[in-house]
Amino acid sequence: MTPSKALLQISGLTLHFRTRAGIVRAVDGVDLEVGENEALVILGESGCGKSSLARAILRLLPRNVAAYHGSILLDGLDLMRLDDESFRREVRWKLISMVPQAAMNAFNPVLRVGEQVIEPALNQLGMSRPEAMERARTLFRLVGIPEAFLQRYAFELSGGMRQRAAIAMALITSPRLVLLDEPTSALDVLTQANIFNKLKQIKWELGVSFILITHDIAVSSELADRVAVMYAGQIVELSDAQRFFREPLHPYSRGLLASVPRLRHRGELAFIPGRPPGLIQLPPGCRFADRCPLRFEKCAQDPPAIHREGRMVRCWLYE
Amino acid sequence: MRRWLRDLLKELRYYPSALLGGSIILIMLVLSVLVPIWIPYPEAVRLWRGGEEVWYRLPRQVPPAWVNWFRREKLAGTLIFSTRDQPSLKRSQPAGEGRRIETEFVFDYPYDTFPQELVLYIWARFREKAPFLTATWKTPDGRSLRIMELRAEGMKQGFRFAQDRRLLQRLQGVPPEEALFSVPEATPPRVLKGTYRLRVEAVTFEPDSDVDVEFVAYGQVYGWAGTDRYRRDLGVALLWGFPVAMAFGLLGSVGTTLIAMWLAAVGVWFRGWVDELIQRLVEIFSIIPFLPVLILVGTLYSRSLVVILGVAIILSVFSITIKNYRAIFLQIRELPYIEAAQAYGAGSGRIILRYLLPRVLPLVIPNLVIGVPSFVFLEASLAVLGLGDPVLPTWGKVLDEAIFSGSLLQGSYYWVLEPALLLMVAGLSFSTVGFALDRVFNPRLREI
Amino acid sequence: MEPRTQAVSDLSTRPDGRTPLLQVRDLRVWFELRRWVFSRAGYVRAVDGISFDLYPGEVLAIVGESGSGKSTLIRTLLGLHRPIRGSVSYQGKDLRSFTPQEMRWYRNTQVGYVQQDPYGALPPFMSVRQILEEPMIIGGIRDRRQRLERIREVMEEVKLTPVEEFLFKFPHMLSGGQQQRVVIARAILMRPRLLIADEPVSMLDASIRVEVLKLLQALQQRYHLSVIYVTHDLATATYFADRIIVMYAGKVVEQAPMAELLAHAAHPYTVALLTALPDPDPENAHRLKEVPPGEPPNLIAPPPGCRFHPRCPRIIQGLCDREEPPDFEVGPGHRAACWLYRP
Repeated sequence: MTPSKALLQISGLTLHFRTRAGIVRAVDGVDLEVGENEALVILGESGCGKSSLARAILRLLPRNVAAYHGSILLDGLDLMRLDDESFRREVRWKLISMVPQAAMNAFNPVLRVGEQVIEPALNQLGMSRPEAMERARTLFRLVGIPEAFLQRYAFELSGGMRQRAAIAMALITSPRLVLLDEPTSALDVLTQANIFNKLKQIKWELGVSFILITHDIAVSSELADRVAVMYAGQIVELSDAQRFFREPLHPYSRGLLASVPRLRHRGELAFIPGRPPGLIQLPPGCRFADRCPLRFEKCAQDPPAIHREGRMVRCWLYE
Repeated sequence: MRRWLRDLLKELRYYPSALLGGSIILIMLVLSVLVPIWIPYPEAVRLWRGGEEVWYRLPRQVPPAWVNWFRREKLAGTLIFSTRDQPSLKRSQPAGEGRRIETEFVFDYPYDTFPQELVLYIWARFREKAPFLTATWKTPDGRSLRIMELRAEGMKQGFRFAQDRRLLQRLQGVPPEEALFSVPEATPPRVLKGTYRLRVEAVTFEPDSDVDVEFVAYGQVYGWAGTDRYRRDLGVALLWGFPVAMAFGLLGSVGTTLIAMWLAAVGVWFRGWVDELIQRLVEIFSIIPFLPVLILVGTLYSRSLVVILGVAIILSVFSITIKNYRAIFLQIRELPYIEAAQAYGAGSGRIILRYLLPRVLPLVIPNLVIGVPSFVFLEASLAVLGLGDPVLPTWGKVLDEAIFSGSLLQGSYYWVLEPALLLMVAGLSFSTVGFALDRVFNPRLREI
Repeated sequence: MEPRTQAVSDLSTRPDGRTPLLQVRDLRVWFELRRWVFSRAGYVRAVDGISFDLYPGEVLAIVGESGSGKSTLIRTLLGLHRPIRGSVSYQGKDLRSFTPQEMRWYRNTQVGYVQQDPYGALPPFMSVRQILEEPMIIGGIRDRRQRLERIREVMEEVKLTPVEEFLFKFPHMLSGGQQQRVVIARAILMRPRLLIADEPVSMLDASIRVEVLKLLQALQQRYHLSVIYVTHDLATATYFADRIIVMYAGKVVEQAPMAELLAHAAHPYTVALLTALPDPDPENAHRLKEVPPGEPPNLIAPPPGCRFHPRCPRIIQGLCDREEPPDFEVGPGHRAACWLYRP
């Protein structure tokens, strides 16, 4: 099921880092699409490159970049062709914004929360302070924080509230797309559920698109319209949520789903033996082959992206 | 542990200054062990404080012999010959009621300048009839001159060539130091280089009389370190400076660091009043001025090196460094593995020793090494202020006496430069190693 | 393998199934807040009246969010905090009356502790072998060969093989799963009776979690261990536990056997937890979850009456906000502290 209108189209996105130990191929030729008002979940465990993918999209690059190319089309405009200054002015935190990992710790402890939340609006949109504050108030209401907390300092807010404030800050410039990197990993179950409720409401009311990056399979189902599974720098499966959770294609996806303890449909828990490969010395051929219960001779070659009924899977089983 | 050391040495390879410093430290340590064996402490004290008895044979305040390498005009070295040291130089035959004792000193004189002074020391042992001695001088070009005839006076006597009227007459008023060594008829006077002989004949009149002679040509240079104004061989003091500096420096630094580390750990672990007490002590001590207190102790109580070291350690232990260690320990105390250790029954002692202290080693080891020169300089500073150890010869003491004697005004630069250079080398060697260790242990410093 | 000291009051060497291994009675652990040196600004009432029994071979899950007091509870069970009131008794003897040697015996040979952060739980400057030797050295096992033998045994059990390869590795050379296995190995080294696991898998990746959980399960079955499994993730608890205790704001709000709790959750907080737990169901994206809003209360000045009442969807005005509910029987072995179940 391809989205009716693609908001963001990523092709061949690649990001490699140079380190003392070698070249880290964090993002290795990634193709993705996100439609209008759609939530795409990027599912992957630690070390698969998903945070690097978020940075690659927003061009938040460290100094030791070895390779950075591909195309990112936002509403038809190729973002990769923009120079850094234009990107910063027009795209980052204006068209696409981000709630980074551990955003609750990303607040400046000496400034009031409100000051920080309105900052993007002042810089990017050139809003006046009263206007920006008004917008901040609306957003705080939307995410469920009492307005009074705009005047407080970060340490006076609980973890859950800070996370929600970070979401408000990401929304203040009315972006088209918001990247969420592990938005609830350090939070309790109830707070997590609350935040996802809010995210859903935001999506339904504001029509924003989301890219949610997480390792938590169950959490991913809370928001996903479509799911992309990332392993060792590559997208190994891309599918609509309905079909993904009911019958995943890639053996890795199946392993992941089988390893989630469930309350409602109890069954035997399975796990995937071994560990993901390091991103420096990638094995030739299919990167999951050494852990795959279904591997065969063809897996010695790197499988291409195979499309089937509107789903994509990188596995020779589906040739 | 061995592996850790190996890795450490491998890392240090990247710091050539540290390798140089390290080698120098090794040399100093080896010397510090050898010197007290070579010149045992009582002997060192004797050499340094023995008085004229010990020092008489050396010229006063002369630079070391190796300055001649840098000079075209070679300064006269000091020549010492003694039958007391080398009895084989004496040949003794019975003669009449006593003996005839002949001694010949043969030596080369390759220098370009004349000796400062010539003295023949005589020790005679007899009961009533004093022995009679004569001395003959033979030059390289074959000339021979009788220079001395006298009757021994018992115990020790010194025949100073320059003060003997008869000799002066024979030399027509020319000072013997010059006359006996110069090319005949040369103007201006030039040294005749070659082999000289001094023959001393003694005739005794009693069977058990004996005579020993000693010939000293006081030169303008001596030894590898020169002499001070008391005629003491500076080499003794400089050599003994090594073990003293190393001991003082290492004991001071290691003692301070270990105690400070341990106190910080104990304070952090037991919290409560223990921690408070240590903190307050640190704060009080950090106001106390270091050097003035040591000066007070030295002036009013005792200048013994051990006492000074003890006080210095106590003052240094309670310095701000404890707060640095404490800051690290505070962080480490909260780590899960400390809690885990408590959970499997580790007692406080074990946790402090085995789990807390190792974490602070990256800070401690460089501090320890860099602390050594501080203590070495401390001792030297106190000595220069006149508060050095009263007995031991140390670099600081030599420096103090050099300055006090106005050596710089007199041109005896070596007297000041030698101890200063040794102090500097000692300090630099430890500092370079210490800084390299700091970079190895604390990688973030590498970027600086 | 002889422990260095024997507890004087070791009541029974083989406790029968009816005598609880651990008894917690009205446990209260409060922390003082000091503003100035002498004045007191109140107490943080981290654990405020908890009672439960733990039988040999039983797996008890303690479920609660952060701030519920579960970490403080664990530390008190390990003897690291002193209760201000109430008691913790091991084999019938109150921990407070243990001598230092008995406490060391208790911690070294009776209890094993598995923590949440696998990397933080291991001293980074010690190799695996040294880490595993520590409890034995403390326990007085002087023979090096004996220690090494036991280490090999234990490493085989937690599947850290080939053993030789892992013995000399340092924690940073191991993956998260391997680190946690070292922690577990260390915990069972002295053949404890009781294993306390505090969120043992929450910092591990999803696919590794299962491995580690299965390992814990296997060990528990093989050695008939009592386990206290503390977590905020009810889902993993259900795979493992015989009984569940739900904690909120320092108090127990519900306890029941596992199946009973899942089928007939009584306390509104438990119900909320169960609702909030995500299952990988694609329909989730299209509906909102019914969860109570708000945050857990301040433990210095908890709300009067039932501590959950400000967030409770089924609050009985005038009662829940005034009086603390006692435990009510709700089913077999099932109690809930909620006025809804007053007889």
